[in-house]
Amino acid sequence: MAFTAPTETYPGKVFEVTIGTDKAANFGGENVLSFHSFEGTVPNRPVVAYEIQDIPPDDWPETVRKVYDGVSGDPVTWAKHCQDKLNAKAIALRLLGTHPDRENRSPEDAAKTVKDVLAAIQVPLIILGSNNAEKDATVLVAVAEVAKDKNCIIGKAQEANYKTIAAAAMANNHKLIAMSELDINLSKQLNILITQMGFEKERLITDPMCSALGYGLEYTYSVMERIRLAALTQNDTTMQPPMLGDVGMYVWKLKETQAPESDLPQWGSLEQRGVAWETLTAGGLVIAGAELLIMRHPDAVRAVEKFIDELM
Amino acid sequence: MALTGVEIFKLLPKTNCKKCGHPTCLAFAMKLAQRQASLDACPDVSEEAKRVLGEASAPPVRPITLGVGDKAVKMGEETVLFRHEKKFVNPCAFAVEIKDTMSDGEINKIAEEVVNSELDRVGQKLRIDAICISNASNDAGKLVAAVKTVAAKAPAVPLIISTGNPAAAEAAVKIVADKRPILFGADESNADAMANVAKANKAILGVSAKGLDALSALTEKIKGLGVEDMVIDGGARSAKEILRDNTLVRRSAIKKNFKPLGYPVITFAQRDDSMLEALVASLGIAKYASIVVVNSIEKWKNLALFTLRQNIYTDPQVPMQVEQKIYKLGEPTPDSPLMITTNFSLTYFIVSGEAENSKVPCRLAVMDSEGLSVLTAWAAGKFTASKIAAFIQESGIENEIKHRELIIPGYVAILSGSIEEKLPGWKVTVGPREANALPAFLKSRA
Repeated sequence: MAFTAPTETYPGKVFEVTIGTDKAANFGGENVLSFHSFEGTVPNRPVVAYEIQDIPPDDWPETVRKVYDGVSGDPVTWAKHCQDKLNAKAIALRLLGTHPDRENRSPEDAAKTVKDVLAAIQVPLIILGSNNAEKDATVLVAVAEVAKDKNCIIGKAQEANYKTIAAAAMANNHKLIAMSELDINLSKQLNILITQMGFEKERLITDPMCSALGYGLEYTYSVMERIRLAALTQNDTTMQPPMLGDVGMYVWKLKETQAPESDLPQWGSLEQRGVAWETLTAGGLVIAGAELLIMRHPDAVRAVEKFIDELM
Repeated sequence: MALTGVEIFKLLPKTNCKKCGHPTCLAFAMKLAQRQASLDACPDVSEEAKRVLGEASAPPVRPITLGVGDKAVKMGEETVLFRHEKKFVNPCAFAVEIKDTMSDGEINKIAEEVVNSELDRVGQKLRIDAICISNASNDAGKLVAAVKTVAAKAPAVPLIISTGNPAAAEAAVKIVADKRPILFGADESNADAMANVAKANKAILGVSAKGLDALSALTEKIKGLGVEDMVIDGGARSAKEILRDNTLVRRSAIKKNFKPLGYPVITFAQRDDSMLEALVASLGIAKYASIVVVNSIEKWKNLALFTLRQNIYTDPQVPMQVEQKIYKLGEPTPDSPLMITTNFSLTYFIVSGEAENSKVPCRLAVMDSEGLSVLTAWAAGKFTASKIAAFIQESGIENEIKHRELIIPGYVAILSGSIEEKLPGWKVTVGPREANALPAFLKSRA
């Protein structure tokens, strides 16, 4: 019995998305499962964006907070540090300070922060709200305007607030993250609703909702695999936008990234454990199909980039 | 390709004797095709049919057990390519490499780390499953000495003995012949001799070739020499090659029922950079390796890899559950708040995580709801006022706390009145609907 390689080709393809202007970044565009370059085309590697925020990261655990000591007090300094010192390919600015339970900053304040950060960097910017559906609808509209034509990613549009956010992204020529909660059908439905408003599906990024290693990663992993299979095997265009793994915020609040070795000696070094948690969560998601990652720890980003080097 | 029901039917006696428990031979054939019946149930089947069907109905990836006793590792038996289709069956084994060029002290240290590697996570005991002793010295004496040292220090741990030298293999495998090791290192140059050593010592043979073409030819040859149990390696070492080869091997076995590659796969993930090694190992976990070999087994790395393996090998049809009990978060006093939720593992992880983030010490009563989340459990009648009341009363919590206030999830606010009726003396408070509102909720009460 002679071996014949059972390669597969698919009718569908993931949309290729370009973000930014000066130092633009591309992702997506493949017509096969992640890194399956032996049977098709994988034109781009996944893009890893460094996460920063508009207020100091007081609630980040020590392991990752201390990495940004001296720069994280101000989003402009922090963004430049990620771009210039850490060679970030993209920056993800989370406007956490706008959350009503945090500093409840106004949309105007947020717009100013975004404007200042944009003026300081050349790499693409991803602008994220505070995940308060109501507040995000006002904040993201204001920041989309001030970032007009900078080809940013705005997010996240959810079922409760997608109309205003999608309209703002459309009017100001941005890409848009559509987030739903760990369900392929909800994800498909939201993409359809947004495109029915006239928003081009080629400008969407699907966020099927991240979960961390040990805390539901298998759900995100399988939803991503299913979305990608629908895009490729069924040529389902509503499932063909590239996918986001918003890794850092889900990882850096867990016991595994915070409990000191003195409390749990069997868990080993806290420093490396935290980095490993973010690294393996991100690694799992790129294997499942994510093309865009948002991460925090530079050591985790470096490890994931090396892994992607090997896979490409 | 697996046989269809009709193809199987043609090989059956066609007497419709019903002795197999099915009304007709065709019905039995359909069950066989779906792997829901065994050919043994038919008393009149011909030897020829047994041979053909036996080959076709064998699992696409051969089941093989590495090692003996409590710590034996089952491999193979996989049936799908994607975990959402059906549960991945046998979690891949982690093996750490020990080179026979290491000092006795180093070898003992690693063997001891393996013995002590067991961790408990969500009720499962997880550990480094095996040790791979490699003949880096090319000296048979050194390999034998290393195997003896490991066998003495970690007698229960399954072994992979890696050498391309049949004489060294013979000497080393003999020492652990009763422990069902893997003898790794059969290739085109030494296949006959290595097959003989494996047969004589009942070892599983690790077969290695450059590329899947050559590998297929080699496993066929070795099978012809009388060795049935093999683990296979197509020479992939970079992440890109591992992904490609492991995918093609699994597809060949499952979709084409291609027997020459229907064996468990061993993936060598060794890297000097431990974090990168963890990533390559994770690729092995997700993409079809039955054994992943690593250089180092730091505790932090083990915890992360064990957790990933558990995630990937979870049954997608059965929600993960946590044990029903009252969990302490932080160091609660008798006055600390008491909350209740269901035992779906994600619900528990998210609620306990947010409660811990609040830094407000509290108790979380986790009630058995068959692994359903709050709203689903309520809709299914698993999270009702009477069940909640009974659980609280039987838990003995009334002796541990001073107050009588129970915080329930916002989604089941409707239950508050009826719980108060069934739990005399208790006050029910409606908490937030989503866990992410818990820190603000708990802090506002502290």
